[in-house]
Amino acid sequence: MDLSRRWLSDYVDISEISDKEFADKITLSGSKVESWAVEGEELKNIVVGKVLSLERHPDSDHMWITTVDVGKAAPLQIVTGAQNLTVGDFVPVALDDSVVHGGKEIRKGTLRGVESAGMLCSVAELGVSTHDFPYAIEDGIFILGEDCNRTPGTDIRTAIGLTDTVTEFEITPNRPDCLSILGLARETAVTFDKELKYPEIKYSTIGEDVRDYLKNVTIQAPDKCYRYAGAVVKNVRIKPSPLFIRERLRACGVRPINNIVDITNFVMLEYGQPMHAFDLRYLQGGEVIVRNAREGEHITTLDDTDRALSPEMLVIADTEKPVAVAGIMGGEYSGIMDDTSTIVFESACFNGVSVRKTAKKLGMRTEASGRYEKGLDSDGCLTSLRRALSLVALLDAGDIVDGVIDVYPSPKKQTVIDFCPDWVNNFIGINVSADEQKKILEDLEFKVEDGKIYVPSFRGDVEHKADISEEIARFYGFDKISTRPLSGACTGGFNEAQKFQNLIHARCVSLGLTEVKTYSFISPKAYDKICLPEGSAYRNSIVISNPLGEDTSVMRTTALPCMMDVVSRNYNNRNLSESFYELATVYIPQGENALPLEKKTLVLAEYGETKSFFTLKGKVEAIFAEAGVTEYDVAPLTTAASYHPGRTARITAAGKELAVIGELHPDVLSNYGIGAKVWAAQIDFDLLYSLKNTLRLYKPLPKHPAMQRDLAFVCDKSEPVGKLEKMIAAAAGDILEKIELFDVYEGIQVGPLKKSVAFSLTFRAKDRTLTDAETDAAVKNAIQALAAIGAILRQ
Amino acid sequence: MKEQLEKLRQAAMDAVAQSDDLQALENARVRFLGKKGEITSILKQMGKLSPEERPVMGQMANAVRQAVEESIAAAAEELKKRQQEMKLKAETIDVTLPGEKQPEGHRHPLEIVLNEVKDIFIGMGFQIADGPEVEWDYYNFEALNIPEGHPARDTQDTFYITEKMLLRTQTSPVQIRYMENHKPPIRMIAPGRVFRSDPVDATHSPLFHQIEGLVVDKNITMADLKGNLLTLAKKLYGENTEIRLRPHHFPFTEPSCEIDVSCFRCGGKGCPMCKNEGWIEILGAGMVHPKVLERGGIDPEEYSGFAFGLGVERLAMFRFSVDDMRLYYENDARFLGQF
Repeated sequence: MDLSRRWLSDYVDISEISDKEFADKITLSGSKVESWAVEGEELKNIVVGKVLSLERHPDSDHMWITTVDVGKAAPLQIVTGAQNLTVGDFVPVALDDSVVHGGKEIRKGTLRGVESAGMLCSVAELGVSTHDFPYAIEDGIFILGEDCNRTPGTDIRTAIGLTDTVTEFEITPNRPDCLSILGLARETAVTFDKELKYPEIKYSTIGEDVRDYLKNVTIQAPDKCYRYAGAVVKNVRIKPSPLFIRERLRACGVRPINNIVDITNFVMLEYGQPMHAFDLRYLQGGEVIVRNAREGEHITTLDDTDRALSPEMLVIADTEKPVAVAGIMGGEYSGIMDDTSTIVFESACFNGVSVRKTAKKLGMRTEASGRYEKGLDSDGCLTSLRRALSLVALLDAGDIVDGVIDVYPSPKKQTVIDFCPDWVNNFIGINVSADEQKKILEDLEFKVEDGKIYVPSFRGDVEHKADISEEIARFYGFDKISTRPLSGACTGGFNEAQKFQNLIHARCVSLGLTEVKTYSFISPKAYDKICLPEGSAYRNSIVISNPLGEDTSVMRTTALPCMMDVVSRNYNNRNLSESFYELATVYIPQGENALPLEKKTLVLAEYGETKSFFTLKGKVEAIFAEAGVTEYDVAPLTTAASYHPGRTARITAAGKELAVIGELHPDVLSNYGIGAKVWAAQIDFDLLYSLKNTLRLYKPLPKHPAMQRDLAFVCDKSEPVGKLEKMIAAAAGDILEKIELFDVYEGIQVGPLKKSVAFSLTFRAKDRTLTDAETDAAVKNAIQALAAIGAILRQ
Repeated sequence: MKEQLEKLRQAAMDAVAQSDDLQALENARVRFLGKKGEITSILKQMGKLSPEERPVMGQMANAVRQAVEESIAAAAEELKKRQQEMKLKAETIDVTLPGEKQPEGHRHPLEIVLNEVKDIFIGMGFQIADGPEVEWDYYNFEALNIPEGHPARDTQDTFYITEKMLLRTQTSPVQIRYMENHKPPIRMIAPGRVFRSDPVDATHSPLFHQIEGLVVDKNITMADLKGNLLTLAKKLYGENTEIRLRPHHFPFTEPSCEIDVSCFRCGGKGCPMCKNEGWIEILGAGMVHPKVLERGGIDPEEYSGFAFGLGVERLAMFRFSVDDMRLYYENDARFLGQF
């Protein structure tokens, strides 16, 4: 909302308040100023001049040499190429060292041998338009009209009234009343403790009866149209509006068109009530019917677009066809034309939700719809209509027919709230007397009587005593409320699950993994990119019904595609070797009647020269160790479609899949445009949490010496080392403290299809020093156990 | 014999002084103090002396031996020291060579800022809560006093799954969920992801992070709100930070305000960071609307409360001078590695 200071000053005296003070204080009382600017600020050294003489340039067939009186002792000689000058004209003169619109600097100079002391300006060079000064032409010098101050030497901004301050407000959606000059004037008056004067509404009619022209108004959809008021003006005299209307519209960002259109816009800005003017000629049957659109109905709106209407949309119709989309835009014939003679002014109130839905569906938000959407005051329709008529009278824009038609099926009930100053004081933490509270409310046009507050109709946002407390607090001053630290004790802190997350995050970082954060939504095609088979349960995702685009249209059921995007981006940005992790949420659908299951998954990925399946597996093992999860099985997994069938492991614990670790399948890598090997792990974080054992109990340090034996076995190449390890551990018994793999060898010395696997075994008893015999017996058991599967001790 | 001893002492001392390594010193020791050493031999001859001479000479001989022993020990110490010095010198390395690269992991900048905020609130007795990201319309809107038809519900802003299910547009639904399960006094913050259908640009993302805060107790007023959030501002931006409350509108708080902090770059004098205003908006807050307390099962006549919301991306932007929100979700290691 742009506010003209000039317009505001018509109703509140703010002459002693600077622009900055105004912006600061009105912001703190609740109307937020985004910015403010003074019109014409960029113009420098441009004054009014009077053309004294006009001669052809001797060396040019289109230039003129003029002498211009600029209020100084001697006139100036200026060369111009414009063809619309006459001696005696008053024109804007950009003197030597001046600045015109757009920041262009003007200096004196010589044009084809003739000295020129400056430049005569067009409207565009002053930053205004022919809409603002309808008697001016675009392609020529701005000849100042009688509505300008034409004293030579006057600063051009003063001369043409380009001196307003425009303040841009961010009005919150609960305050549609402040989308108007008067609404903001009311806030201004209370903020600065000034008196608010309303515009004078005064006009006389030519008699006759409005119903002689507008025969009937019917509201067929009272749920969508609360009120419809109309008045008729005949013998309309279409012409430009006077300067006071034009300059106020310009400051508020509205282009002046002609007196009738300008009046509708002026009243909309002034009162916040959208107005519409219909040409009565095109209203078939002379009737207005407010109804739902019919199936298959179309309308061509003022912007020359054909629009298909649907039955939930509200239209203003005559007896035959829709003439406007209610509250949004008129139809092509409803506009004001040069030969328009009789018009109907509409001032109506429509249901905000209905207007918003229709505007959205038709894809056209207008100034009017933007206001209706927020819910306007149906009580205000008539005042706005009468204000429009009084402007018609003031501008002599036509003859006003007697009477208005006002259809208001169920007038709004006034909101009444108990006046409880003590409650307000306690709720806010202030001490404002009942009298002071009453004054604030009355200044805001609330009525306070017999312990009740009667809320004015334009304050639809106020319905509870808490709302009253806000009115008191913001004018008392939020800055005057004291500051008090919270009192009383409360136990704060992380819960068990949060502590566990913190622990795992810390471990991941200490392992050299960098945390990433990715979007929760992905493209359904992402499942193809990670080669998930058709029919995989993971393809069943929560689908967003109104996504921004396909790329962000389904909620991920796996975070692998997100991680692959991150790897791909980094790989393609030439980051040579990286390790990433994300503690990601995935969303598993549970049907329409239940929220999806939000599961946490820990995804790890790394790539680069020094990385391998085993560097990543080491990190996964370290994370498990941090979680205190030691009981798990690792087995080859050949069927995970995203992964290399020969280089992937499934880790199971408590009978469930705890993690998958693997090298990404070459097809997946190629889908992501990655030319290097990538290893990834997906850990079921919720399962890890349920298995966690972060309790650490001290184990006494060993008192007795350990014995060590190194054993190497030759076995089939396909025999998993993990299986050998487990068999050794089982056969060697309790005294085996630790088993560590230290070498795997394949080559001619062990023969084809064979490998040698070497372990270092540490034996120790808690309560005694082991004898060689005891250790040898354990080793022997291990050797025998392995012999059973064909793993022979290498001598 | 006395002269002989004196000569030996002198010879031994000379030999020690001339020993320039430990081996030479050992040779000198053997020569004079070894079993067959020259001083040892003299001592062995003591028996031949008269009983009168014996104690005198004995004392003298022992003194010589002791002096030589001490001198050898001192020389040995000195030689060892010198030898070590030489060894250390030979071991000199170029300390300006770069250190060996260590595996380097980083928390995401948003998490770093979030942890800072969590830490501040935990210190003030707050608990950390969370709630579902895919949420019911009821919790996201209706219970928060945003009835059907409110502009905030417009599908332009909200991602819907079904008519009743949506991606939460704010962390505020956690207020209701928390009140349903906890009795006052309540002090909680709820950080999390929220979703709005804003196309991606430097200052918008369809997914971003908020921190919701809720305090409910008897006699909570706006003075508590101001006090609590002033503490937050001071902890985040320093002891001299001030806050300014501007009236605003949120459907679920009344009164509502936006809170600005005095610019932490210029201290309020005006600079590009604060667009010359001296103030920077960091959060929205307000007294919990009595209707919202009711929805949470709390009697608004007995209890009152305040709530607030912070944008994590915005905090991180200020903390790290990040000027483009997209960087947070692109996850380029060169970006993440800076924090």
